[in-house]
Amino acid sequence: MDKTVEALADAVSDIGDGASVMIGGFGGAGAPIELIHALIDKRLKNLTVINNNAGNGSIGIAAMIDAGMVARMICSFPRSSDPRAFTERYLAGKIELELVPQGTLAERIRAGGAGIPAFYTPTTYGTELAEGKPVAEFEGRHYVQERWLKADFALVKAQLGDTQGNLTYNQAARNFSPLMCMAAATTIAQVSRIVPPGGIDPENVITPGIFVDRVVEVADPQQEEDLIRAGAVYA
Amino acid sequence: MTLALSHNAKLSNAQIAWRAAQDIADGAYVNLGIGFPEMVASYQLPGREAIFHTENGILNFGEPPAPGEEDWDLINAGKKAVTLKPGASFFHHADSFAMVRGGHLDVAILGAYQVSQNGDLANWRVGKKGVPAVGGAMDLAHGAKQVFVITEHLTKTGEPKLVERCSFPLTGVACVTRVYTSHAVIDIAAGRFVLREKLPELSLDELQKITGAPLHLDGPVTDLVAPEL
Repeated sequence: MDKTVEALADAVSDIGDGASVMIGGFGGAGAPIELIHALIDKRLKNLTVINNNAGNGSIGIAAMIDAGMVARMICSFPRSSDPRAFTERYLAGKIELELVPQGTLAERIRAGGAGIPAFYTPTTYGTELAEGKPVAEFEGRHYVQERWLKADFALVKAQLGDTQGNLTYNQAARNFSPLMCMAAATTIAQVSRIVPPGGIDPENVITPGIFVDRVVEVADPQQEEDLIRAGAVYA
Repeated sequence: MTLALSHNAKLSNAQIAWRAAQDIADGAYVNLGIGFPEMVASYQLPGREAIFHTENGILNFGEPPAPGEEDWDLINAGKKAVTLKPGASFFHHADSFAMVRGGHLDVAILGAYQVSQNGDLANWRVGKKGVPAVGGAMDLAHGAKQVFVITEHLTKTGEPKLVERCSFPLTGVACVTRVYTSHAVIDIAAGRFVLREKLPELSLDELQKITGAPLHLDGPVTDLVAPEL
């Protein structure tokens, strides 16, 4: 078994118009910039993108939005230090927003990956974000029913990856990625270094390879925050 | 409605944060909301060590690094660079919010636009305009054993922030347990504001006039005093 792919373009070759794509990262930590930019090169249409945020500056997800590729954004916080790309299209009615509280977003993705179609959470009870959702009482408290979230693809950034798809992450860069790896039909990981099986101590594996389909090496990955500060543009 | 007091006595934001910090026990697991609540970390008492949680997946983070030393994979929920303390840990988002909703955090400290007398919190948006963004606010309102709010007592235009019912969109229902304001410390118990501390310069009547719902007394009311900061 060898899940490695040589080229970024090959890693994303089967992502097509209308696909739903989970993208790991919280702000710049864990944003798979090279995979996103490989996707932008395909000039797709009508994508649904799932991420905590909705892009920053003119790179990464913001550049996908600028390229007119994103029809729908599912996120918790569509703001950033420079939210221009999303804000313009949202206020012009050109992009749909499903706003999901951060913890609910994480749990919906986890549920999607774990085969749990719905669950109850106290979050949003009594608020406008609970409108239209079933409510139930457990032990005297009210909870709101939320549904699983799955996607066609997940793009994540990891640190080490072995040829079987086992992954480690760097510090707080893991955030949503281990959940997204579980919830997508096809998971594509960019890693700083590919190692042979056994190259990662089993005690240290964070995402087991069963959740990962492709591994592509990006030896010295770009950091979204650095690009933003440099005023970088990807188009 | 605009309210004016006969004097200008009030705590600064730093003093409000200091006062809230007095109530954080040694060893408490604490989440500080983005912005003003982050100031509370500056006023930890000597000999007491809280362990700070940030929603994006770190327990026991510390001070910001020196400029130029930032690692952008090591950030807090406000996307600011942080450092780690000995004993820190990383975890993914589902575990992070299990800590929040599962009742594992001892204290969450949040800002507010409004708090109602039954503990409803409004702190995520003020109207329908612009781009809505909720982040972890609605999750943090639930699950911590105590949810503290730190806030000015009045809005910039002089309206009470402690009210009978919130007029702004709710973040959570009946979730706030204690409010530290520029003028008072108030518990929320059985759907009522219960006054615990007030500025000594302020009479009970004066405090009531700048509070949008009845203040109840249940035991002694002590002076709210904080050092110059």
